[in-house]
Amino acid sequence: MSILVDENTRVVVQGITGREGTFHTVQMRGYGTAVAAGVTPGKGGRNVEGVPVFNTVREAVEKEGVNASCIFVPPPFAADAVMEAAAAGVAVIVCITEGIPVLDMVKVADFLKDRKSVLVGPNCPGIISPGKTKVGIMPGPIHRPGDMAVISRSGTLTYEVVDQLTRAGLGQSTCIGIGGDPIIGTDFIDHLKRFKTDPETKGVVLIGEIGGTAEEEAAAYVREAFDKPVVAFIAGQTAPPGRRMGHAGAIISGGQGKAKDKIAALEAAGITVAVNLATLGQTVLEAVGKR
Amino acid sequence: MKLHEYQAKEILGKFGIPVPKGQLITAPNQAEDATQAVHGPPWVVKAQVHAGGRGKAGGVKVIQTPQAVMTAAASLLGNPLKTKQAGPEGVIVRKLLIEEGIDIEHEFYLSMVVDRSTAGPTMIFSPAGGMEIEEVAARSPELIRKQHVNSGAGWMPYQARNLIYDLDPPFRPETANALVAVMGALYKVFLTHDCSLVEINPLVTTTEGKVVALDAKMSIDDNALYRQKQLLELDDPLEKDPLERMAEAYNLNYIRLDGNIGAMVNGAGLAMATMDVIKLAGAEPANFLDVGGGASEEMITRGFEIILKDTRVKAILINIFGGILRCDVLARGVLAAANKIRIQVPLIVRLEGTNVEEGRAILKNSDLKFLVAKDLAEAAELVAKQVS
Repeated sequence: MSILVDENTRVVVQGITGREGTFHTVQMRGYGTAVAAGVTPGKGGRNVEGVPVFNTVREAVEKEGVNASCIFVPPPFAADAVMEAAAAGVAVIVCITEGIPVLDMVKVADFLKDRKSVLVGPNCPGIISPGKTKVGIMPGPIHRPGDMAVISRSGTLTYEVVDQLTRAGLGQSTCIGIGGDPIIGTDFIDHLKRFKTDPETKGVVLIGEIGGTAEEEAAAYVREAFDKPVVAFIAGQTAPPGRRMGHAGAIISGGQGKAKDKIAALEAAGITVAVNLATLGQTVLEAVGKR
Repeated sequence: MKLHEYQAKEILGKFGIPVPKGQLITAPNQAEDATQAVHGPPWVVKAQVHAGGRGKAGGVKVIQTPQAVMTAAASLLGNPLKTKQAGPEGVIVRKLLIEEGIDIEHEFYLSMVVDRSTAGPTMIFSPAGGMEIEEVAARSPELIRKQHVNSGAGWMPYQARNLIYDLDPPFRPETANALVAVMGALYKVFLTHDCSLVEINPLVTTTEGKVVALDAKMSIDDNALYRQKQLLELDDPLEKDPLERMAEAYNLNYIRLDGNIGAMVNGAGLAMATMDVIKLAGAEPANFLDVGGGASEEMITRGFEIILKDTRVKAILINIFGGILRCDVLARGVLAAANKIRIQVPLIVRLEGTNVEEGRAILKNSDLKFLVAKDLAEAAELVAKQVS
């Protein structure tokens, strides 16, 4: 098993005619993902690498039965694209776009409140259930099917971690990049709840970073209600306060968001915190036991 | 993007929030004019720098005579202000705001930010004004009051009343009304300019019952600058480190730090984690540099050039996990930079991911001298060797 996406996932790529949209459509199909449709307003009727293009997500849902979306729409139009997918009833929406204004995301978050759609991102690498499907931009070959889940605020850092897991013999059930922005669709806890009831997932690696309090909240949830082994890593232990470290959400401000506070909260919840990224794979292996 | 105090106050004033009368000067010989244009004594001389902690560093002075204002202007302008945030070199003061003195009755704190957990703008008000809000939050959290903006209705006046009406001592009615108006205006400022922060600290009540914004901080959401073009001219590049300015022009995420190990990494999370790895190896990172998930050869070249221009750098670590960014593109970009600027410090290269074999081959078949790290652990070891 896996969560959110699997072999039954049918993807619509929003922004499919753009450079990145087209490139990753090919990459996703190469991995085995069923990319069933694309959407670019005004370009309906064309096809991209054999994938039919529609003007609206609603049409893609009606004609191709898509149940997941992968968004590569430029920042000024991305919030609209997310809301369009949610309004069309797409179950899983992955927003890759980096650089969406925060106040646009405030509107998106409010729009999604009473809807069933799950938003992953924005500013994220997406979701992969190894061996089944990938809805995102991560390099497929570093992943192996298995029973470790990965939830991360980062992109390439997640690849590094997954690569170490795979080399340590630890395959993955589903890996989710939740995004590096201050306001994101779903956080650690949303996905921990799903992994909790996923029988195939035996343990979870949480990859956090400075900024906000999502890791502290995840720690509290794990302590209360999560009984599978969890290993965490926090990036930015040497980051100076008041500076935005690449990700819009990675900033220590107002005394909040320090790595050391996050590590303390995670450890207090009984979570193993890997201090050194260089040896993370080994740390996870020791924490979950060799199987 | 951060604004200067004088810029923020101009915006607040336009939206109806009372601010002290003041004049901006950029040279000591303008100080006398300013004391004539601005009511005093006393006058308040305020260094206009982005770095926080300016008051403690001597960047704000209350002065009684025009002569002393001129002396203060001469001593501040053109000289470094060593604030806690600006680091040991300090930041050069290029502009001063000369303001009228205000008869303060009480100091308050008022700000609006986007609250990450509620995913919406939040007004923060505290009767403990004039000190750092972090300190108040740590010592007396009960003094911090918050109201979340309702997404449909927006900020409503009742929320302002809820923030102020149960305070002791109670406000005079006209002061309470003025505070309600200031909060409404602050919300408008926040929305209109795509702010990530607007902070008035202190917001003061005067002995005449008026409400005045004595200080102002404003930051604009960088992601929204494309639709806030009128604010771009308020950007002050001289407040930034020259290498950071260069990086910004190339769309690179670069932050200068205090150490001597230069680092070039793709992706923000991995770049932060690489800094941490350098530190754990017993060294200090000289910078944060994220060339981005999908950097071009040119961006790699520019990024590498910036590191090479940093004279403090004693060794360089390139850590790339190729995804969208292919390792062969990285290798060509590094070589292009090395052809322009001679590399005089040890270079450690760790490549992994997409097209890694091609990337390694390109570097190996060049004249470039470098050390290969097969993984991050080995990269850390090599860094440690350089500093020992």
